[in-house]
Amino acid sequence: MPEDLKDQNSGKKGLTALLEEVREEVKVLKEKAAEDVKTLKDPEKTQLYKSIFRVKHDDKPRSRALGVLSNVFLHLHPAKINRDAVAYNYTWGMGGITFYLFIVLTFTGALLMFYYHPSKVQAFRDILYLEHDVPFGKLLRNMHRWAAHLMIITVWLHMFRVFLTGSYKKPREFNWAVGVILMLLTMLLSFTGYLLPDDQLGFWAVTVGTNMARATPLLGHEGPFGAQLGMTPYNDVRFGLLGGSIVDSNALLRSYIWHCIAIPLIAATFMAVHFWRVRKDGGISGPSPVMLESEIKEERKF
Amino acid sequence: MDWAQLWEIASEPDNVPIVALLFLVPFYTFYAFRQAFANDRLIGQLEANPAMAKTHHRKVQPWKPGWDREIHVWPFLLRMEFLAAIIVTLILMIWSITLNAPLEEPSNPTLTMNPAKAPWYFLGLQEMLVYFDPWMAGVVLPTLILVGLMAIPYLDANPLGNGYYTFKQRKFAIMAFVFGFLVLWLSMVIIGTFIRGPGWMWFWPGQTWDHNRLIFEANRDLPDIFHITSAPGKGIFGAIVVGLYTILMATFFHKLFTLTPFNRRIYKRMSLIQYVTLQLFLIIMMTLPVKILIRQLFRIKYVWITPWFNI
Ligand code: HEM
Repeated sequence: MPEDLKDQNSGKKGLTALLEEVREEVKVLKEKAAEDVKTLKDPEKTQLYKSIFRVKHDDKPRSRALGVLSNVFLHLHPAKINRDAVAYNYTWGMGGITFYLFIVLTFTGALLMFYYHPSKVQAFRDILYLEHDVPFGKLLRNMHRWAAHLMIITVWLHMFRVFLTGSYKKPREFNWAVGVILMLLTMLLSFTGYLLPDDQLGFWAVTVGTNMARATPLLGHEGPFGAQLGMTPYNDVRFGLLGGSIVDSNALLRSYIWHCIAIPLIAATFMAVHFWRVRKDGGISGPSPVMLESEIKEERKF
Repeated sequence: MDWAQLWEIASEPDNVPIVALLFLVPFYTFYAFRQAFANDRLIGQLEANPAMAKTHHRKVQPWKPGWDREIHVWPFLLRMEFLAAIIVTLILMIWSITLNAPLEEPSNPTLTMNPAKAPWYFLGLQEMLVYFDPWMAGVVLPTLILVGLMAIPYLDANPLGNGYYTFKQRKFAIMAFVFGFLVLWLSMVIIGTFIRGPGWMWFWPGQTWDHNRLIFEANRDLPDIFHITSAPGKGIFGAIVVGLYTILMATFFHKLFTLTPFNRRIYKRMSLIQYVTLQLFLIIMMTLPVKILIRQLFRIKYVWITPWFNI
């Protein structure tokens, strides 16, 4: 058979074979598609899903535990917890709510920073601009303000509950001290924010507040032994706080930096320690079984 | 009764948190003490019945054999946290839509606000300024409050009541804290908000704020009453009075602290340093109500006058 004929022949044969092949391919594709549809109905089996979540999300105890432990946001939690501790009446959720408010404040605060300049010329106008022109600016400012107030209330109530449940007792003594510092930082955060709108309210509140620093013993020019140590209005602790002898542009800038950068960072650090210690001290203190007077071991604990 | 004045103060947006406190604090106090008394009843039963103490699960919460003592965080805790976040967000949203954050005139150093009030959470300190000089009210006492709070776990030698609400087992600690937190701190915040008007003068709730009101307070110092005029005399006299006060208070607290056999047992567990530190903080805490009393009853301003500081 001549070469070209052979070719023709095989060409004919090739066509049917090709068709056959295509049909075969399509069948495989169809099967694959069907399989894909099946996995789509069950996304937990996909590589994408597994790569993100790492563990199965079914209601097996092991998966539930792993789901908490292997998630960066949830891993502060233990896998299991005292059955009575999840009831609202023990912790009142106050620590958690305080932390949530801190997150809300960070978020709204960052958005406010887009519109605010810490300078005497601009600050007050920026607030007016926020209130009247920025979309949702008023809501943003209100939320930041009220969340700050609410956070102080919840911090106080959290401390009250920790005291009343005796949760500062062994082994949680140190975490209570960390908490006291967190409470101070929360109040300082609110206070440094008060000056930022640069209105009469904040100005006079901060004036009254920092005037007390004049009277710091040893370090203030009006405080006991201050004058004897060479303190004047221009070198004492109040001067250091305000960056001047009056509440003015330097004070605005200083409170801005404390408010937006320094104290949030310090507070976040202390919170990390606080939460870490809650876990390391054995989780939430209770509700634990009551102890009786007859069960006190006679040893001094100091 | 000037209701408009009262409403004006209570409805001022920045005062809403304090109005909220007026409801929240009594509610949570009630909520805690209800559980404390329930636990106290259980403790009473268990103490009366040692056999029961051996077998009982020792909580007021229900428990049956076979129940797990621990439950999964997911979903039982996480769903609560999620719910709490939603509720808090809703409250904040509604609050922010209905009430605007205050904005006064631009700051003006030449135009004094009257009254110039600190933010509400510092009103306790500002109120203390009435009774103490700024170095005490603004610096020393706040520092001592913080240090004292941090010291609590190291001063409380009572091992009972760790992890459950109780009153019976921690009477002294709870009464001291409630006195400091509710009676001293919170009531000062409320006085600062609702009662202090122009010139930081006392206006009863509903009394109109009169900006021209003058009060002739003939305050005097304790040494004046005893006709002590020389500076060294005043210094020595004041030191003696303060010393006497300290001894008196210490005796009072010692009597109170060792009142019951149980408390005497706790007292035995304490080291000397622990006990002296505890006494110091309590004595210093009591200077506030004592100074309020001698001011209101006898118009006495200072007790101890020295060239460097006055108390
Ligand atoms: C920014 C402030 C704070 C945040 C975000 C915070 C957060 C938390 C959270 C989430 C918990 C877990 C239990 C709960 O929700 O009650 C907790 C527990 C605790 N907190 Fe705080 N807290 C703060 C301030 C304080 C303060 C002011 C104190 C005390 C003076 C304090 C002392 C403690 C102690 C001792 C525990 C362990 C309680 C237990 O095991 O029952 N914290 N905190």
